[in-house]
Amino acid sequence: MTQAPMEEHEKDVEKEEENEFKGTFIAVMLLGLFLIASWVGVWILFLIR
Amino acid sequence: MNMHKYEKIWLWFGTVTLLVFLTVVGISAFYMGNQPPSCAVTIDPAKAAKEAPFNEPGLKQIGDNEYQLTVLASAFHYDVGEPDGIVEIPKGATVHISATTSDVIHGFELAGTNVNMMLEPGYISTYTNTFKNEGTFTLLCNEYCGTGHQTMAATIKVVD
Amino acid sequence: MKKTIKSVRSIATPDAKLAMAHMYVAFAALFIGATCGLLQTLERSGKFTIPGGFNYYQILTVHGVMLGLVLTTFFILGFMLAAQSKTAGSYSKGELRLAWTGFWMMTVGVVVTSYFILINKATVLYTFYAPMMAHPGFYIGLVLVIVGSWLIGFTVFKRHSRWRKENPGKKTPLLSYMAVITLVMWQIATLGVAASVLIQFLPMSLGITETIDVLVSRTLFWYFGHPLVYFWLLPAYMAWYAIIPKIIGGKIFSDTLARLSFVLLLLFSIPVGFHHQLTEPGIDPFWKYIQVILTMLVVIPSLMTAFSLFATFEARGRELGGKGLFGWVKKMPWKDVRFLAPFIGMVLFIPGGAGGIINASNQMNQVVHNTIWVTGHFHLTAATTVILTFFGIAYWLIPSLTGRKLTASLNRWGIIQTIVWTVGMLIMSGAMHWQGLLGGPRRSAYSEYAGNADTMAWGPYQMAQAVGGTILFIGMVIMIVIFIRLAFFAPKGEEEFPVATLSHDAGETPKVFENWKLWIGITLLLILFAYTIPFIDIIQNAPPGSPGFKLY
Repeated sequence: MTQAPMEEHEKDVEKEEENEFKGTFIAVMLLGLFLIASWVGVWILFLIR
Repeated sequence: MNMHKYEKIWLWFGTVTLLVFLTVVGISAFYMGNQPPSCAVTIDPAKAAKEAPFNEPGLKQIGDNEYQLTVLASAFHYDVGEPDGIVEIPKGATVHISATTSDVIHGFELAGTNVNMMLEPGYISTYTNTFKNEGTFTLLCNEYCGTGHQTMAATIKVVD
Repeated sequence: MKKTIKSVRSIATPDAKLAMAHMYVAFAALFIGATCGLLQTLERSGKFTIPGGFNYYQILTVHGVMLGLVLTTFFILGFMLAAQSKTAGSYSKGELRLAWTGFWMMTVGVVVTSYFILINKATVLYTFYAPMMAHPGFYIGLVLVIVGSWLIGFTVFKRHSRWRKENPGKKTPLLSYMAVITLVMWQIATLGVAASVLIQFLPMSLGITETIDVLVSRTLFWYFGHPLVYFWLLPAYMAWYAIIPKIIGGKIFSDTLARLSFVLLLLFSIPVGFHHQLTEPGIDPFWKYIQVILTMLVVIPSLMTAFSLFATFEARGRELGGKGLFGWVKKMPWKDVRFLAPFIGMVLFIPGGAGGIINASNQMNQVVHNTIWVTGHFHLTAATTVILTFFGIAYWLIPSLTGRKLTASLNRWGIIQTIVWTVGMLIMSGAMHWQGLLGGPRRSAYSEYAGNADTMAWGPYQMAQAVGGTILFIGMVIMIVIFIRLAFFAPKGEEEFPVATLSHDAGETPKVFENWKLWIGITLLLILFAYTIPFIDIIQNAPPGSPGFKLY
């Protein structure tokens, strides 16, 4: 049984709101990966010295 | 307060990452003996050069592949107990380093190793290092101590 | 008929003159300090002797004091005064009198301290660690700067409080709020260094006391020294949150989250000083670790800020038609230096902040402590993120205060300046980071130490720093010329003071943010928690004090 038109519209709006910041999300996640990579790099240096 | 779903995810991810960092360094410090140098033993800086142990700086063997290295720093010199300023240590040796300063603050950095601590008048600084890697390492002062600061150096040779 | 161009300032003339006074001192300090920086990198190439008989460490002291203390403090206070006047309204005669008194105290203090540094009676670096001693004049000058800054802080608090009385129940202007948070943090933080200077250093330099407790003085300094860098950073965040959105034609992402990030920065910027003392003896490693935990917490509001900023750009970019994941990037005003300079500052805060987290990671600090990696780190955070943002502010702030315009030509020169600065800094700071990992020390004149191979390997990096430093010097000269033009010679007109607004569907900002007793209370509790036990421990187990030394 298909959803009522109102519910479907709400879901579309929600999806649109999500997409509105998808670029932001990817950007900060890349930032986070950089933080992790640089930290691990120096930690490895600490371990091998 | 309304926070966008992506921001919530990001902040959770970030906070967990920081917690992981804290856990890794915490376990390494408190359970595996890798605390930052924090010796609490005090000394009278005016008498350091004349009293034990800093009246006789140098390398002493105290066990099987275990050594004590006592160093007295002053402006602008590390007394490592060797006239040429070169200390030889066998590869794989565990060395308990003990150092202090008789005047101002000096750094105690063995470049290329984790030996890096502050020498502050009135305090003994200690660090135990296992010299896993062969090589010639420069011991130098990395805290400004006057016009001769950049002349303070000694050498540690880790030999096979 | 000849059309007369009117010179229009963005704020009341008396306020504009007060703010500009700060700018003159700031940019004079930039000139002197950055010139010293050039001399340092050239000396460390091993092929240059500093002229005039100045020794390396004297020049280094001038560099640190001029750029880390004078340029920053004066620019920040001038910017805050202008921003508060613009958004909360003009200052009263009484408020202006208080602020001017503060300005003159600070300026006299700068001159006094600088004099003693230049005659080689205060070659102690800007951190002036005991038991190295300077002439009393050095410390007196610093006290004047600190107390003067307090007077300006009181002015800002008074104006904010007056706005609240005149607008009961209403949400305060965001820039005024953020200025108050920053200056509350500054006020609490400077108490530590003021206490150390007044109770420890000054009496000893005057011969009233014979010895000094070195560890206590360092602990008090670093209690101040960490929030000092947030005192530099928060005004940049002010511009990012509350000004940049207007420049790109967008809206503030969230007023609530912006205020929340500032409250968190207030709470967690101060009880963390031990992460600058991780390799020191005499401090319990348990408390070092506690303050490391608190340091990691202070990262969180910056993570929030990163999201808010990207979201602001993305929202505006999509509004302009940007499609797909990153189509909005192309829609940003890259040719507008008022956006470009701060944006590059933001980007370089990524490696800058990453380095900061590494520095604070307890025993990991041993890899980098007092190496030139640390210098590379703060040349990214302070000398790029903060300073490029400040330059980005100056392009519109200076003309808006002097009744002139940012011309297309000056905008173009600004873009050139920004690129020159960025290239120079990437080379210099990059080389510093790498040399630091190889063990090269900071704060050191050229040396071959014991002649070992590890030291010889640092040479090329010091060369690279000289190249980067030279490029930066050129960038500084361009900026000084731009400043002088904007202050005195640019065409008269009206330059906008951009203040961002909220999107109309933003929610209510909780009133709790204005509960100053609560936030200051929690700040003080956190400080007491982080410092009481270890500080008592340091005092109770203190060794004999040290006499003063003058080794320069």
